[in-house]
Amino acid sequence: MPDSLPASPSAMPPARPPAGGAAGRTVAAQPVRFRGGGFTVKRHGWAALAAFAALLAVWEGVSRLGLASPLFLPPPSAVGRALAGMVADGSLWLNLKASLARIAVGWVLGTLGGMLVGFAMGIFSTARAVGVPLVSAFFPIPKIALLPLFILWFGIGEPSKFATIGFGVFFPTVIATYSAIDSVPRNLIRMAQSFGLPWGAILRSIVLPGALPGILAGFRITASIALILVVAAEMIGAEYGIGAFVLMAGNLMQTDTLLAGVLVLSLMGLAIGTVLSLLERRLLNWR
Amino acid sequence: MRLLVSELTHRYEDLTVLDGIDLTLAEGEILAVIGPSGCGKSTLLGIAGGIVAPTAGSVRVEGAVPDGCLNPITFIFQDFALLPWRTVEDNIALVLEHHRLSAAERRERTETGLRRMGLWDFRKALPKQLSGGMRQRVGIARALAVRPAMLLLDEPLSALDAQTRELLMDDFLGLWRREKTTALYVTHNLDEALRLADRVCVLSRRPGRIRELVTIEEPRERRQEPSAQAHLAEVRERLWHLMKAEAQMADREIARA
Ligand SMILES: Nc1ncnc2c1ncn2[C@@H]1O[C@H](COP(=O)(O)OP(=O)(O)OP(=O)(O)O)[C@@H](O)[C@H]1O
Ligand SMILES: [Mg+2]
Repeated sequence: MPDSLPASPSAMPPARPPAGGAAGRTVAAQPVRFRGGGFTVKRHGWAALAAFAALLAVWEGVSRLGLASPLFLPPPSAVGRALAGMVADGSLWLNLKASLARIAVGWVLGTLGGMLVGFAMGIFSTARAVGVPLVSAFFPIPKIALLPLFILWFGIGEPSKFATIGFGVFFPTVIATYSAIDSVPRNLIRMAQSFGLPWGAILRSIVLPGALPGILAGFRITASIALILVVAAEMIGAEYGIGAFVLMAGNLMQTDTLLAGVLVLSLMGLAIGTVLSLLERRLLNWR
Repeated sequence: MRLLVSELTHRYEDLTVLDGIDLTLAEGEILAVIGPSGCGKSTLLGIAGGIVAPTAGSVRVEGAVPDGCLNPITFIFQDFALLPWRTVEDNIALVLEHHRLSAAERRERTETGLRRMGLWDFRKALPKQLSGGMRQRVGIARALAVRPAMLLLDEPLSALDAQTRELLMDDFLGLWRREKTTALYVTHNLDEALRLADRVCVLSRRPGRIRELVTIEEPRERRQEPSAQAHLAEVRERLWHLMKAEAQMADREIARA
């Protein structure tokens, strides 16, 4: 035996307990200590509200105490008053209407076109072979950079804004749609084929519903893209629209009005997200 | 319906999966196919069902088809292959929709299948709300709805626990007592083969060849009886021996590679 090994038997691994009985330490009767706490997500809805209220209070306080000039950081109460003013004089609705119409038209155009192309690419390998390089080439272009070109093509009016938003929405929709089709379980398609379902029925009953989760997830992304693009487009050239409104307020140094416009934009984003959540819950309740 | 497989060979790129399979299933016969993982059992089933094109050789069917049969060769899948967005009854309706059937017949076929599988009360449920055993019963009800002449079952019980497996084996026995549906039944489980099959085909490790065809002499209905146990034990021993040898050799090949 090499002498590096301990000679004393007590340092050796514990001997096997004698048959029928336990060896080693004896534990007196005691409750099992709970050790499964933490590392789980609990809902604390009030915590978010409280944090939000605290933030507003601090902000309000900072302004009231004169720690920040109200010109650069108007208190929340002033932003609220500005918003109320916008509602009262009708400018809120006028600008909101213009922005929503642009988002709606641009988004619908881009989405329809994108889904059409995405489906073709998802289903036909030729369409995919042609489409993938094109999409990869166009996708990274910051779409707002094309607005001047669209203005030259379509004029300064609405169509150039529709085109910018539509173009921005189109490519992500294409990608979301064809990857959604790729993710439709192959075994379901095999099953349908094995029962002799015709091509069109497989498309309608399996590929389309199977791709829906991925397509709807794409909507979330394209909706936020549409919101960004509408503001940017309106800042470049529009009479009405929340983007134009915010820009104008900035030029006039009306920071309270400016922030009220920003608030309206966030609420728009929130509203769109809520609508999409409802849609998902409705259409994807099977998940 | 009879199934005639002759000189069947299949390759995926340069991986030979099946090599010279010759096999005949008699009318109403239930043939269990066992063999090591990756030896080509699913491929064989896919070829028999016309969803995989064989590299060489042929698969033919001939013989009687039941009245009102819509899909003579019908699969039952290991993962059930149910559409998660359709209710139980709509999953069955799926395979009837493209046939010209009266609304009454459509309803009748769906209802019969559901009732036979004890799923009538669950017809409005979504697959996610069902246990694995019930999901496979939906798969069986869906297959019954097209009144198949031949069933191709790819490890239909592998995803289920032992108790559920027992219950579903009884369901299959009941099914085959009423309908003389020919069946090719792929499994890893000797119990299933010994309970359900008339013959057992043992495939070798890849490339799958037929190692042996073992006939179970005892009729299916009598296999639970004490008098049958000696024979079944003998068959089990033989099958186990064959499977073990193939599996060990397959393992050794993997280790060497
Ligand atoms: N579409 C495919 N393309 C390429 N190789 C494949 C394809 N399908 C199966 N294979 C390979 O062919 C071999 C046989 O596959 P198959 O699914 O038929 O085996 P199996 O006997 O059913 O195996 P298991 O017992 O694991 O289900 C495996 O090695 C598998 O990796
Ligand atoms: Mg398999």
